[in-house]
Amino acid sequence: MTAGRGQGRTALAYLSPALLVLVALLGYPVYQLVVISFFDYGQEQVSGGAPLEFLGLGNYSALLGSAKFWSVLGQTVAFAAVCVLGTLVVGAALAVLATRVRPWARTCLFLAALGAWATPAVAGSTIWLFLFDANFGLVNTVLGLDGFSWTYGKWTAFGLVAAEVVWCSFPFVMITLYAGIRAIPAEVLEAAALDGASTRRAARSVVLPLLRPLLIVVTIQSIIWDFKVFTQVYVMTGGGGIAGRNLVLNVYAYQEAFAASEYGLGAAIGVVTTLILLAITVFYLRALRRSGEVL
Amino acid sequence: MSAIRHPGRALAEAVTVVVAGVVAFPLFWMVLTAVKPPDEVVSSALPWTTRPTLDSFVRALTVQDFGRYFLNSVIVAVAVVALSMLVAFLAAAALTRLRFRGRTTMLVMLLVVQMVPVEALTVPLFFLMRSVGQSVPAFGLNHLGSLVLVHLAFSLPFSIWMLRGFVAAVPVELEEAATLDGASRFRFLWGVLFPLVAPGLVATSVLSFIHAWNDFLFAKTFIISAADAQTLPLALQVFVKPDQNDWGAVMAGSTLMTIPVLVFFVLVQRRLVTGLAGSVKG
Repeated sequence: MTAGRGQGRTALAYLSPALLVLVALLGYPVYQLVVISFFDYGQEQVSGGAPLEFLGLGNYSALLGSAKFWSVLGQTVAFAAVCVLGTLVVGAALAVLATRVRPWARTCLFLAALGAWATPAVAGSTIWLFLFDANFGLVNTVLGLDGFSWTYGKWTAFGLVAAEVVWCSFPFVMITLYAGIRAIPAEVLEAAALDGASTRRAARSVVLPLLRPLLIVVTIQSIIWDFKVFTQVYVMTGGGGIAGRNLVLNVYAYQEAFAASEYGLGAAIGVVTTLILLAITVFYLRALRRSGEVL
Repeated sequence: MSAIRHPGRALAEAVTVVVAGVVAFPLFWMVLTAVKPPDEVVSSALPWTTRPTLDSFVRALTVQDFGRYFLNSVIVAVAVVALSMLVAFLAAAALTRLRFRGRTTMLVMLLVVQMVPVEALTVPLFFLMRSVGQSVPAFGLNHLGSLVLVHLAFSLPFSIWMLRGFVAAVPVELEEAATLDGASRFRFLWGVLFPLVAPGLVATSVLSFIHAWNDFLFAKTFIISAADAQTLPLALQVFVKPDQNDWGAVMAGSTLMTIPVLVFFVLVQRRLVTGLAGSVKG
């Protein structure tokens, strides 16, 4: 290959459509998100009836000073923690289980998991709503809880959404960890067995350290994913529950921006969410590097 | 492997089958409810029906106009796939085959961009689409074009990244041979490289398709008042009303929405699994 200006020009030609789209539809909106969050941007400003008022960090101080923001943030963290924990425990347990059974049973499990994974979030939420419907749901019919509403109470509603989220996200963890366990060379396990390690000991001292990088990756993925769940919460709690008691950050941002027409405030919540996710990612990447793992 | 080495295997397999049943149950119940006659939908807890009917599908497609929304979803997803594959293929070819200044920077940028939580961008994208619509209505709010644009942008970083691997797998000697044979760079790109990368394009496009197909947030944000420009997720959510649901038709709609994704998932599952493991390891 000949290097030089000719290739640079060709490269630019090939890359320009992608660059154009990414700059216009990702780069510029990220910049705009921050800009909008500094303004009092409401219905009047949108329709041109009132001039834009620069607030500086006004939206942020309003946000950090409101009790609602802190309770939504707390709920989001708790909700995400429950979902991540549930997803990891179920996914890891089933990955181990999958290594202990013959292929036919594993195929059954993987097909079922693939189905749950593939189900669109709106469809999945709708199915779960129907299964847990107060009057016509199968669960209430079987348990004899006729008329009990799972989505009315704050905690049962969160629990139901979390269960649906775990249902559709554990397959990723399970399949990734299964592939990871399978990738461990048989000789390593044989060597451990020859050295007299019990199955439990081999699992803890050999398999677990080897799976560590993979475990960290699926954990970060799950945290990032569960922290910004929107569809399930929105659909299953009807937009954040009665009086907004089932709000999580993303739904809160959406409601502030598009239901209350507080676009500036909505953008500020978006910035805060992004910063939290960024901090989580950086924290884990550093933890990963400190332990000497290469991603 | 003997039963002595695996004393718990029968138990493990029994547990596996039960778990698989529980995991698959919501989907089974969805399809079953969709084919039940209306009176059985709310009254029968039996896991079968003796009178299967397509009534609910007919109601969903005619009364609720799901055919229209299905078509809208297909239009958006197919347009996103076609455009993003074209653009991503060109970019991946440049990033793999050409040497130029800023190449490494661009690769790093592609990774960084994938970390942007696009859910946070609803407000700026809403205003962007609003102004786009003032000059080009077809790509503005309440039009399917706005959804095509944003999903094209969301799918590009990932698609370019994934296609890079497939382009890199094509031997460089092939390009040299094609050049010696007098093929222009354009000929090589579309006549040689494109067909060879086709399997990778299929796998990548399936993922782009699924993302565009499943999107609820942006459809909800952009399609505010145009009922005829709704996509399936949006229509389904509007369709579910507290207390007065036609659950048979709702489940028929859910089934219509789930089946295409299920089919695609099964088609690419092997590649998906190895791709994931590869991306995690690599």
